[in-house]
Amino acid sequence: MVEPARRDNRRKRKLTIAKAISEAIAQEMERDSGVFVMGEDIAKLGGVFGNTQGLLDKFGPERVRDTPISETGFISMAVGAAALGLRPLVELMFVDFFGVCMDAIYNLAAKQAYFSGGHVKCPMVLMTSVGGGYSDAGQHSQCLYGTFAHLPGMKVVVPSNAYDAKGLMAAAIRDDNPVIFMMHKNLQGMGWLGTVAGATVDVPEDAYEVPLGKAAITRPGKDITVVGLGATVHQALDAAETLAKDGIEAEVIDLRSLAPLDREAVLKSVRKTGRLLVVDDDYKSFGVSGEIIATVAEAGIALKSPPQRLAYPDIPIPFARPMEQFALPNAGKVATLIRQMCQE
Amino acid sequence: MVLSRGYEERLAAAYMEGKTPLFNMANGPLPGEMHLSNGQEPCAVGVCAHLRAEDTVTATHRPHHVAIAKGVDLRAMTAEIFGKQAGLSGGRGGHMHIFDPRVNFACSGIIAQGMGPAAGAALARKLRGEPGVAVAFIGEGAANQGAFHEVMNIAALWKLPFLCIIEDNGYGVSVMKKDSTAVARNDVRAAAYGVPGVYVPGNDPYAIYAAAGEAIERARAGDGPTLIEIETWRLAGHFMGDVEGYRPAGEKDALFARDPIPAMRQRMIAEKTATADDVAALEAEAKATLDAVFDYARSAAEPRPEEALEKVFV
Ligand SMILES: Cc1ncc(C[n+]2csc(CCOP(=O)(O)OP(=O)(O)O)c2C)c(N)n1
Ligand SMILES: [Mg+2]
Repeated sequence: MVEPARRDNRRKRKLTIAKAISEAIAQEMERDSGVFVMGEDIAKLGGVFGNTQGLLDKFGPERVRDTPISETGFISMAVGAAALGLRPLVELMFVDFFGVCMDAIYNLAAKQAYFSGGHVKCPMVLMTSVGGGYSDAGQHSQCLYGTFAHLPGMKVVVPSNAYDAKGLMAAAIRDDNPVIFMMHKNLQGMGWLGTVAGATVDVPEDAYEVPLGKAAITRPGKDITVVGLGATVHQALDAAETLAKDGIEAEVIDLRSLAPLDREAVLKSVRKTGRLLVVDDDYKSFGVSGEIIATVAEAGIALKSPPQRLAYPDIPIPFARPMEQFALPNAGKVATLIRQMCQE
Repeated sequence: MVLSRGYEERLAAAYMEGKTPLFNMANGPLPGEMHLSNGQEPCAVGVCAHLRAEDTVTATHRPHHVAIAKGVDLRAMTAEIFGKQAGLSGGRGGHMHIFDPRVNFACSGIIAQGMGPAAGAALARKLRGEPGVAVAFIGEGAANQGAFHEVMNIAALWKLPFLCIIEDNGYGVSVMKKDSTAVARNDVRAAAYGVPGVYVPGNDPYAIYAAAGEAIERARAGDGPTLIEIETWRLAGHFMGDVEGYRPAGEKDALFARDPIPAMRQRMIAEKTATADDVAALEAEAKATLDAVFDYARSAAEPRPEEALEKVFV
């Protein structure tokens, strides 16, 4: 299930997710004159998280537009432009801010195709950053994966590394449906925030797609299936590395997208390992972890130990470091849980 | 203004601890984002000098100057910003979420979010027949947000004892006002709601005090809201770590040359409101206060990790 291009050694270099995304957008803008970008601080600044670096210089202010802080306005305008066949890519820097314009997202963008009987499309991408761990408190640290994946009519993408980010972004822009593209701040590669090393990987220069709805087995193993997304993939990989020394072989699945969700990849793995742990830094209840476990339960797979989840407790995210770190999942907690489950 | 400036100088120094040579926002005794208000002090003091404890104030992600002028408990606020158990919120909120109900102050990190809660407090006072006005401080960038317009209309319609103070520092992060706002000055937008609109140029605490005084008097008399836009300037970046590449060359130097604090000191002495010795004594007093406050906050206890689970419901 490893993407063929990942093994392709032609013209690739290590890129951060921010650089990979900027490159993907530039290539799609060159390919399709209908692609344009708007959002706060995306033009002159190149995006607070660096996702639109160099685009203003390359494509000019008509196609790369700084917007006022008027999210209901410009996000619903993207829906209108998409209806006429353009492909707007909109950034709203933190997912926490989506509250002010939620209607434009889940009642407008997500339902345009359905309400029109498929006659009016909504080919737009709304990209944003998610996640905490750096003490930015409860209005700047949420993931909200489950919230958006719960609402039908939009695709939801969560890359864990720069290779996937570039290919998923190309696929998202080319998709005829609204796509919410969620990038984890711990993986982004910004100068002002630490970045998990495994997120900055080799990326081919040429454009390529990573299809939406296909999970990746990022580490094969036989003893337990560990499902993660975004930052938690790296926590699971670190835990698996530690446990391998004790002879426990964890298989790590990176979901890569939540809608569509690659349930088959999860089922296939769990049928092999007989154990399931889901690691998610979004709120625990009614979210990704519950959905994955329900998928396995519904398939009636006999498990060697009860399925478990390590997720963010159902509390707002606190500012103070000791409290936030206590609440977040990490590699150590993942390893402890896997050990317990494999002893059962 | 001197207290607020000194406060932020100390915060800025503490913020940089553990963040050099490699800047990583997650590190040091003050992690997370840090938005400084230095340069904008006149807006806070010019308005809040008219306010009493029962008057409500909501502020933004850039709240320190307003919180200090409103009389928020400095020790508990500083402990909060350091993420300590003795902080106003036990370390749950940090610098963008300062709540001090004793003086009816609150702030938050979503743009224009304070508009509704302030007008709601004004409504509550009106419904109960109690004294008390409410003031929402927002940035000029926030005046393009739906909440601003919705609340201005309701507050005008219901003649609430409410003020919206727009601190126009010329930028929303990197975006200049002229690139975000269809009109040059937001005071003209007051006409759309049939309320007085006032523009105060020059970041001048005296002019701000005069304009706010009139508006607050109107509000207290039951004559409804006022919209005031104040020309001000932020002397720091949007947040600490911002390299400010979006500023025209020379702009920062020009702003520092117009720093409102030395200007006010000069004016007070020139007008004989105070002698140089009086001013020096005020500055020494501020320094002593700040020494004590920062010592207290730094040495205060960390919260227990499990406290994260408390206060979700009350
Ligand atoms: C709804 C929402 N959109 C975007 C942001 C990100 N953001 C934080 S501060 C800021 C600029 C605000 O500008 P202004 O209102 O002028 O206040 P200033 O920072 O200049 O004090 C932006 C866009 C946010 N916090 N909330
Ligand atoms: Mg501003």
